[in-house]
Amino acid sequence: MWREVVVSTAPVNEAALQDRLRSVVGDIGAIATFTGVVSEQGEGSGVQALELEHYAGMTEAALGNILEQAGRRWPLQAAMVCHRVGRILPGESIVFVATASRHRGAAFDACRFIMDCLKTDAPFWKKEYRDGGAHWVSPRDSDDHARRHWDHAGELPGQEKRNDD
Amino acid sequence: MAITVLFFARVREQLGCPQLLVESDGETIEALVNRWVAERGPSWQVLQQTDIRCALNQVMCARDTMVRDGDELAFFPPVTGG
Repeated sequence: MWREVVVSTAPVNEAALQDRLRSVVGDIGAIATFTGVVSEQGEGSGVQALELEHYAGMTEAALGNILEQAGRRWPLQAAMVCHRVGRILPGESIVFVATASRHRGAAFDACRFIMDCLKTDAPFWKKEYRDGGAHWVSPRDSDDHARRHWDHAGELPGQEKRNDD
Repeated sequence: MAITVLFFARVREQLGCPQLLVESDGETIEALVNRWVAERGPSWQVLQQTDIRCALNQVMCARDTMVRDGDELAFFPPVTGG
């Protein structure tokens, strides 16, 4: 499986990243992508900016490990993750994940798996800036729950294996 | 023996320090933290909070892990990326 991890202060260019993935993998049946966008509604309204701190070195290793886990779990041809760090404004992309497979089920599931793992396993920390000042964002129980789901399930709930895509 | 210690996010701000080079002689992370609290004062109790995670050589680890010469040890709050 081809894989790529990008951690950068530069804006996330989803189109260029997806073009790269298409260019390195030949015959693809399906590409699933996810883009996370900074919202003005963080832990309350009026977010003016985010500051993303990360643990350089461990972040890239953790993200690479998550892509590898996805590659062991689903028949993927390629997987990539790009995460922005530094100061990010509402409306800008913060994270982009893309997976390529012969079938859409594997591409969709692996894309979601990668995001769910990233949320709990990759060393990034968000700080929200508002008029009143700045505060560190708290982790959410729902993220832990989403991550733990994958420890017990190979497929998403209620989803059947299909070979006709 | 010297180890490099890194602090991130809220922990870094509360300690007012991103990085330390410290002497450590075959202690567990838990013993090291307890020693710092005794030697350096109560502000270091932030490292004893149950939600604070640690990583040894860039891999998440438990508090009973031993640190060795040349190790890189990091302390940080639960992650919030994505």
